[in-house]
Amino acid sequence: MSEIYISKEKFPEVVGQLMSHGRVYGPVFQGQYHEFARLDKPEDIDLSFQNTRLSPKDFFHPHSERMFTYSLAKDDPERCILKEAPKDYSTKVVLGIRPCDAKAFQLDDRNFDTETIKDPWWVQRRKSTILVGLACNSPCSTCFCTSMDTGPFDASGLDVLMVDVGDGYVARSVTEKGRECISSIKGVQTVPAQAAEKEGQLKKTAEESMGKVLDMKPIYEKKTLELFHDPLWEEVHFSCINCGTCTFACPTCWCFDIQDEVQGDSGDRLRLWDSCMFPLFTFHGSGHNPRSQKIQRVRQRFMHKLKYYPEKYGNGPACVGCGRCVKACPVNIDIRHVARLMSTSCSCPA
Amino acid sequence: MRNPYLPYPVRIESIVTETEDRNLKTFKFVFLNKEDEEAFEYIPGQFAELSVPGQGEIPIGIASSPTEKGFIKFTVNKVGRVSSYMHNMEEGDIMGVRGPMGNWYPWETLEGKNIVIIGGGFAFTTLRSSIAYMLHPGNRSRFGKIDVVYGARMPGLLLYKEELAAWEQRDDIGMHITVDSTDDPNWKYNVGFVPAVTKEKAPSAENSYAIICGPPIMIKFTLPVLTELGFPPERIISSLEMRMKCGIGICGRCNLGTEYVCKDGPVFTLEELSQLPNEY
Amino acid sequence: MQAYTERIREAAKRLLSDEKVDVVIGFRKGTIPFMNEPYLAKTPEQVDQLVWDGNCGVNLANYLPRRTDRIAVVAKGCDSRNIVEHIVENQIKREQLHILGAPCKGMMDKRRINAELKGREPSSVEETGSEIKIKGQDLDLTLSRSEFLQENCAICIHRNPVIYDDLVGDLVEEQKDVDRYADVRKVEAMSSEDKWQYFDDLISTCIRCYACRNACPACYCPTCFVDESRPQWVGKTIDPTDTRTFHFLRAYHLAGRCTDCGACERSCPVGIKVRQFTKKLEKDVKELFDYEAGINPDMRPALDFHRPDDPQGFIK
Repeated sequence: MSEIYISKEKFPEVVGQLMSHGRVYGPVFQGQYHEFARLDKPEDIDLSFQNTRLSPKDFFHPHSERMFTYSLAKDDPERCILKEAPKDYSTKVVLGIRPCDAKAFQLDDRNFDTETIKDPWWVQRRKSTILVGLACNSPCSTCFCTSMDTGPFDASGLDVLMVDVGDGYVARSVTEKGRECISSIKGVQTVPAQAAEKEGQLKKTAEESMGKVLDMKPIYEKKTLELFHDPLWEEVHFSCINCGTCTFACPTCWCFDIQDEVQGDSGDRLRLWDSCMFPLFTFHGSGHNPRSQKIQRVRQRFMHKLKYYPEKYGNGPACVGCGRCVKACPVNIDIRHVARLMSTSCSCPA
Repeated sequence: MRNPYLPYPVRIESIVTETEDRNLKTFKFVFLNKEDEEAFEYIPGQFAELSVPGQGEIPIGIASSPTEKGFIKFTVNKVGRVSSYMHNMEEGDIMGVRGPMGNWYPWETLEGKNIVIIGGGFAFTTLRSSIAYMLHPGNRSRFGKIDVVYGARMPGLLLYKEELAAWEQRDDIGMHITVDSTDDPNWKYNVGFVPAVTKEKAPSAENSYAIICGPPIMIKFTLPVLTELGFPPERIISSLEMRMKCGIGICGRCNLGTEYVCKDGPVFTLEELSQLPNEY
Repeated sequence: MQAYTERIREAAKRLLSDEKVDVVIGFRKGTIPFMNEPYLAKTPEQVDQLVWDGNCGVNLANYLPRRTDRIAVVAKGCDSRNIVEHIVENQIKREQLHILGAPCKGMMDKRRINAELKGREPSSVEETGSEIKIKGQDLDLTLSRSEFLQENCAICIHRNPVIYDDLVGDLVEEQKDVDRYADVRKVEAMSSEDKWQYFDDLISTCIRCYACRNACPACYCPTCFVDESRPQWVGKTIDPTDTRTFHFLRAYHLAGRCTDCGACERSCPVGIKVRQFTKKLEKDVKELFDYEAGINPDMRPALDFHRPDDPQGFIK
């Protein structure tokens, strides 16, 4: 592990150094919200953000992505043979990502990067990306990461964790990739003693501002079918309009669709974000749909995050408490409320 | 590691129209590359994604048996965009196959057991694979008595008619072919619904496993018959259908609770299914 | 506002205990500032969760299609117009409904208010007649309500419900001399190229989540054209062509049906001004056929009724 101190004065220059090595992305204020974007110049980055409107999952899992290309031309000897679409896997630094979002990628790894199956695009992008996180000194009122096995200073999903200590940033490497990144930076200072002390206070204040608002244990202990058949879904599902906003904003919603698109004689096979909120998601060719009702789709989303995932992988919920769905839901369905209902719901007779 | 989304290129070697209504065709594929054929090592009960460039992919059970070399076979019902397009394809056309996918019928557990196969309609494809596999001279002695109840609405809708007739002639498999109704005076086999015929033939549950695939209504009424015959839920095996895209447990749509039908299934025992949300 | 809440609860309780209706659709208090959640009360006990304030912008008419029970529903001017639309389009029967009319002075624009807060978190929000008082840590802000209305509310000319069985408040004065189409005229004046650019910029952040469509009471098609696969009318990517096709086609499908309730804009997670599409068509239908959607349940909609003297100049 190595650690450095970057004064705020010096910070743009450090960003410039990173940019001279390769692509650097950071939170940029765009119109109404912060979003991650590639930096054109060091000053573009705005670390005074709370969090980005959408999660940064599209670094590894873009909304629309070309998987393969092919020719359908009659006389082409390679007709109908799929070729991998070229991708840019050059090193990418993501600067200022929040610990919760980085943690989310670790949860998603369980899906995309397993012993038997590896999603090639996810795996290679993960490998070529360096996540330099920024601890959350002042979490939002919709944040609840501390209840979801992570926290505002959780470094576990990051390569480097930066903490804003007032006049500058303490940056500490978490992984070897992060160590290399830090040691490549020139003209930095060692961490002043008072900065380390300040860090501890900031962490404590940030964690305490959220407290532990949810207890997941009762949900884990309950039987899946008991929760599945619980009447609570009747209440939860009513206001849902089955748009995909929550799933598209969520850093741990990874579901996707595969579609073919043809123009003239050439075609693409595409991978697109999909959502368990959409009826088409489970619609059989025969017309049968095992989740034809809104209540089933709403239940699927929460059960997947809070029950199925932790039960399958045993590493906590598929939620990092970033609160994006809470903020973005057009009808105010609040996962914290749902989780509370799930953990306190009655045990129903079979 | 090979890209799991990249299909193996195959050529359509032959197309057989299976049923009178012309809605079911069996496609025999030959791999363009020998090494792909070797890589495509499968076990009866598994499925694959049939990949038609420009149209999309569909998950279909493998109808051939690994004991049949040099090709793979799939019987495709014409329902949606990809399957309808495939029904208009011709011998010699190039397309793709991704797989094999999913789990399989538990052959190690089934060894030394009597096997009762119950199928209905077009859901007979992986059952055909299984029968061909068990009847292979190298395998037949591994299993006890084999009984097959296979039904369709009418004679013209039965799949694999020539093979059915050939199996009828054998003495190492008990065939019970049935149709819901027929006005064919030469019909030699049973008339009646699958549950009723199963009840009538009453295969013994002693040391037996039942594998059942078919339309939901058939399964619904056959399960009580099997229970009555003494089959416990852990000895009733079924295979599920689901809308799928990736086929490898990543894209997220085919789950029953914690289990992905494409990866953890499609084969489940009734006992396993009873522990899972019934969203199928 | 408190008065509305009380009268809604009172009416709901009465209707449920007298078994005049099976359910009441209204709002319950939200879990975050400037949001309330649509709520279905089935028992007189649940009625006490119902509330009313300036955060009831969601259009409740969206929850009516395909229901078969007897429903009491709280309706602002726009909700009531969409209820009329549903009746005209046979999505619900008038006899099923008991409409609790809520005369409305406009709903608050949570997005603009949040922008004003600059990251500071409110702990209490109080609405007085003309002001919004927001308090929190390092926060003591008073905003003028009229300046922070949803944009559609600011130019609304049907604040009173057009159809109702009971009123939960006194009728309010309708806004006069409102220029509903200033922004549309600006776009109309652009060159063709600039118009394309304008709309492409407008939707450049679209993520195809369909919140606009699903929040819209008029978007109730059993299968939306974007979900058809045979034939597939439109691609599902965020390529500008696909996104543009979705927004334009959806807008055309709402021509003469959109009540400008603002549900689409309110729900968009990336802040797209979706009404820029629908308003142009609203203006055209008004100018060509002198028709406003959802005003009269006995009148056929402009686009499913032909009169020999209908203007046809737009057919080229």
